[in-house]
Amino acid sequence: MINIFMHFGNQLLVGLGWTLLCSLITLVFSLIIGTSLALLQMLPSKLVHFLCRIYIEVFRNIPLLVIVMFFYLIIPLYFFKINGFTAGTIGLTLYTSAFIAEIIRSGIQSVEAGQLEGSRSTGMTYWQAMRYVVLPQAFKIVIPSLGNQFVNLIKDSSILAFVAGFDLLYQANAIASTTFDTINSYLVVGILYLLLTMPLSYYMHYLEKRLS
Amino acid sequence: MQTWINAFSWINIRFLLLGLKVTLGISVIVMVLSFVIGSLMGILRFAKIKYVSATVGFIVDVVRNLPLLLIIFFTYFGLPNFGYRPDVIPAAIIAMTVFESGMIAEIVRSGIQSVATGQMEGARSTGMNFAQAMWHVVLPQAYKHMIPTLVSQLVSLIKDTSLATIIVVPEMTQQAQIVYGQNANFTLPMFVALALLYFVVCFALSLVGSLVGKQLN
Amino acid sequence: MKKKFWLVPLLFCMLFLSGCGQKVADQAVLKNAQSSKTITWGVEADMKLFSLIDVRDDVHKGFEIDLAKAITKQILGPNGHAKFVTATAQSRIPLLKNGNVDAVIATMSITPERKKVIAFSNSYFNAGESLLVPVHSRVKNVHDLNGKTVIGIVGDNSSEVVKKFAPKAKVIGMQNYGQAVSALKSHQGDALVSDNGVLYGLAVENPSLVVTGGTFTKEPYGIAINKQQKPFERAVNRAIVQLEHSGEYNHLIKKWFGKVPGFNYKEMDQR
Repeated sequence: MINIFMHFGNQLLVGLGWTLLCSLITLVFSLIIGTSLALLQMLPSKLVHFLCRIYIEVFRNIPLLVIVMFFYLIIPLYFFKINGFTAGTIGLTLYTSAFIAEIIRSGIQSVEAGQLEGSRSTGMTYWQAMRYVVLPQAFKIVIPSLGNQFVNLIKDSSILAFVAGFDLLYQANAIASTTFDTINSYLVVGILYLLLTMPLSYYMHYLEKRLS
Repeated sequence: MQTWINAFSWINIRFLLLGLKVTLGISVIVMVLSFVIGSLMGILRFAKIKYVSATVGFIVDVVRNLPLLLIIFFTYFGLPNFGYRPDVIPAAIIAMTVFESGMIAEIVRSGIQSVATGQMEGARSTGMNFAQAMWHVVLPQAYKHMIPTLVSQLVSLIKDTSLATIIVVPEMTQQAQIVYGQNANFTLPMFVALALLYFVVCFALSLVGSLVGKQLN
Repeated sequence: MKKKFWLVPLLFCMLFLSGCGQKVADQAVLKNAQSSKTITWGVEADMKLFSLIDVRDDVHKGFEIDLAKAITKQILGPNGHAKFVTATAQSRIPLLKNGNVDAVIATMSITPERKKVIAFSNSYFNAGESLLVPVHSRVKNVHDLNGKTVIGIVGDNSSEVVKKFAPKAKVIGMQNYGQAVSALKSHQGDALVSDNGVLYGLAVENPSLVVTGGTFTKEPYGIAINKQQKPFERAVNRAIVQLEHSGEYNHLIKKWFGKVPGFNYKEMDQR
């Protein structure tokens, strides 16, 4: 196992880099898309609400693998060229944003009832009240769930291995097929994944305890 | 148009449905097993028994923090070192049960925690012991609250079976790949079919879950 | 306190898993096969002409399947039963080393690297690496691949081979041939590199793709067997020779490759 660390250190670092990059890009964009979707559903328009629901339900109920493979194989066939990393990251972002939208919506709903009216009565408009009173509190409530979602998306980024996205798992496959030392190659990568995810989830545990 | 008609020939659809059967079969078995194992581990972790709870907690944390794909590899390529050589379907079932048990253990633990604080003391003060209080008072309420989360975990589980394609389990995604592997023109139709089939199954389940959840609470 | 505690089981698990890594299936395969009248073969699922799952009846079909059945009958007699387990380029060696299968017949070229970990039977098919490209591609041979993206299969040796002939090529690995062909059609790469036999099979199914550039390596396919299984290896080699003498080998070659355009099956005649 140590041999693999020594011989393939660079390759593993490259994999780690792509995994991190994918996770960060996905985190940023899915937070933006997810929050927007949650807010759009608060609009009085039934049509907008309906469209948001379709987006969320579609991406929540189809496997990530199918979504990512769709972007990798189908989009270039009919539209434009897209490499494995980009296809994987787009797929993962769309998928994760549907989950984040639901988390934030539930956060808003758990705050909304009294708070919104309270702040409206002080003369704020609906959106002001949302922006300054409801959303900050909603985010605070859902931080543990968002953290869990972040851990999930780091794990899910291993889907890049299916589309040659050069991430950790892809490198593990490559190392396993040159060294034929399958188990140790995957063990090494397993440890690297744990180094990324474990501290994060322990921190979330801690936050959850402190907030409650 | 002709491509689509050919792609959705009964031969191909039958082949996909064979895969759906495997997908659902694996999901049901894994759900039952991991519900039992996960509940046990969740309760053990909550119970704060010296060493036992910490060990269970550690296992749960490791499992929850690893990508499922890796766990599948460990099971399929690693278990034979311990004298058991699983075929692909048992390997997928074992790997997913390990993973889902970890997820469910955490759901159950936090579910119990949210109910337990007051309830537990109340029940204990009426003379029940820990196990009695757990079984008669805390668990029924905790599970009632957990139903929506458990259902969405089940939906995740069904979606996650698609990852078993990496060790060529003949589940739905793998079957679709074989179909478009034999004729690359069928790639788009197969993806549409896959997306539709998964969506119908998972969305129906989500709906049932939220209905039951509303009924109970 | 708590942090120290969770390190202990972690180290324990790691030692436990990695310490067992070297163990190989070491029961006598030949004896087991003779008593159970069954040989378990690792084969691929998506290899047109060699080994392909037929969507109509869910059964593996192809040259390697027929050959495996014939070898099984040679070794075990007419009651011998060949059992097939689907593997991928990625999983076939672990499956063999772990003893899930007795032998692997899966378009696997005999290479020095692989020979370090497993044994091979004598060659049963003289293949060579070649290129599959879209019909109007500018890529004509392997040297054109410099600076291009090349599609290979995870666990295949194509990526190392390409690096030798076109050091500036970028190789991306796909999980299986279905994905690889779709990726080529989606312009994810400029060429798909694999053995000519496999590529001809893919070209037959996909008229928009052609095999080009001839073969640039010699890739004789061998049946992979665990190193400690000398008696079984000898039995397999004997069976191959017998099949070649009886004409059954040539019959199978003709049956599967006789009608493939551009494929000179007579070159395959090993003697």
